[in-house]
Amino acid sequence: MMKKSRRSFLKVAGVAAVGLGASPAMNFASSDISHPVKSKNEHGLSAHRWGMVIDTNKITDEVVEACVEACHKAHNVPDFNHEVDEEKYPKTRPVNHKQEIKWLWEEEFHNAFPDKEDEFLAEKYHDLPFLVTCNHCKNAPCVKACPTQATFKREDGIVLMDYHRCIGCRFCMAACPFGARSFNFRDPRPFIEKNDPAFPTRTKGVVEKCNLCAERLAKGEQPHCVEASEGAIVVGDLEDPESEVRALLNEHYSIRRKQSMGTEPSVYYVM
Amino acid sequence: MNKNYIITGLVIFALAVLSPFWFNIITTTQAAPEPELLGKAKAEKKCVLDKYDMRANHMSLLDDWRDSVVRDADRMYKSSNGHSFNMSLSTGENSCLGCHEDKAKFCDACHTYASVTPYCWDCHTNPKEIE
Repeated sequence: MMKKSRRSFLKVAGVAAVGLGASPAMNFASSDISHPVKSKNEHGLSAHRWGMVIDTNKITDEVVEACVEACHKAHNVPDFNHEVDEEKYPKTRPVNHKQEIKWLWEEEFHNAFPDKEDEFLAEKYHDLPFLVTCNHCKNAPCVKACPTQATFKREDGIVLMDYHRCIGCRFCMAACPFGARSFNFRDPRPFIEKNDPAFPTRTKGVVEKCNLCAERLAKGEQPHCVEASEGAIVVGDLEDPESEVRALLNEHYSIRRKQSMGTEPSVYYVM
Repeated sequence: MNKNYIITGLVIFALAVLSPFWFNIITTTQAAPEPELLGKAKAEKKCVLDKYDMRANHMSLLDDWRDSVVRDADRMYKSSNGHSFNMSLSTGENSCLGCHEDKAKFCDACHTYASVTPYCWDCHTNPKEIE
């Protein structure tokens, strides 16, 4: 038998150690080629922080109606005044009209801006319709309240929901100072006039709200309300000084809802 | 003396223990249905993963897809076989139902047989079911 010196043993051990160290790297390099890759759509829109500017001078009752309808139709938001098709949905319980589900809706000034109701407020604001929706707050309280992370803040500032994870605890509804969230106390499907297959419906027991049309931004399209608003609503990047929303905010005086709450809403109202 | 009792007991025991086999001999068993590939899916022949992986792991894949679409806004999936997919269950050409056109013959065939009732369709809609 060959006699092993300490020197030769150390040599062999050293080479072996180098080989062991190299093997994970080799594996990584060889398997890398076939790994699946996830990516964003090529034509999708992106922003550092999405925001919305609503020009209250351009908002009329017709515009409000068009925006709300476009939004609610496309997102299969149920309307409890819709007559249920008895054949398709037999034995539907009678409706409790205290319940409603809304993503985008009209509000009066003193309800939308309770802290800005001055004693001698310009009279026109008393009658103007104000469009309100989820404010996609920078410090969103609903995100902090959600125990399952069903509501979360996406990197681009949109406060989104994963309906799969929502357990219907409604903490978020209690946390939201804007009433932007609605709860599905019942199956919404019988109350959807025409189900748009491009967007899922919700189910009984989950909360829902505006998603800033994340599904449309991903395709490079503007949100439904923006398209229906005839220029009254602009959505863009609040962090980009060159963006259209920033230009609008720079030119005009604007307000936000319940700023004193410190949630930093991303929806601005040009007055 | 007790031999007869013991043997009868043993025979009854053996019959009882093997009862599932007897049951299977006298009743006809249904073979597991094959999900039917129709239209585009039939022509394509290449799914996201290979056939057996897909059969075993499609639920984890969908789970993974949902997280990346909802949370990271990544909607395109280039699979390891080089094909690109739109990570969506039911919307668009390149989604699951875009290719597997018939939900009843594809999803439901197995799910019904295996008695699993996933709640996908409580929210997601099969475009074919909307007249």
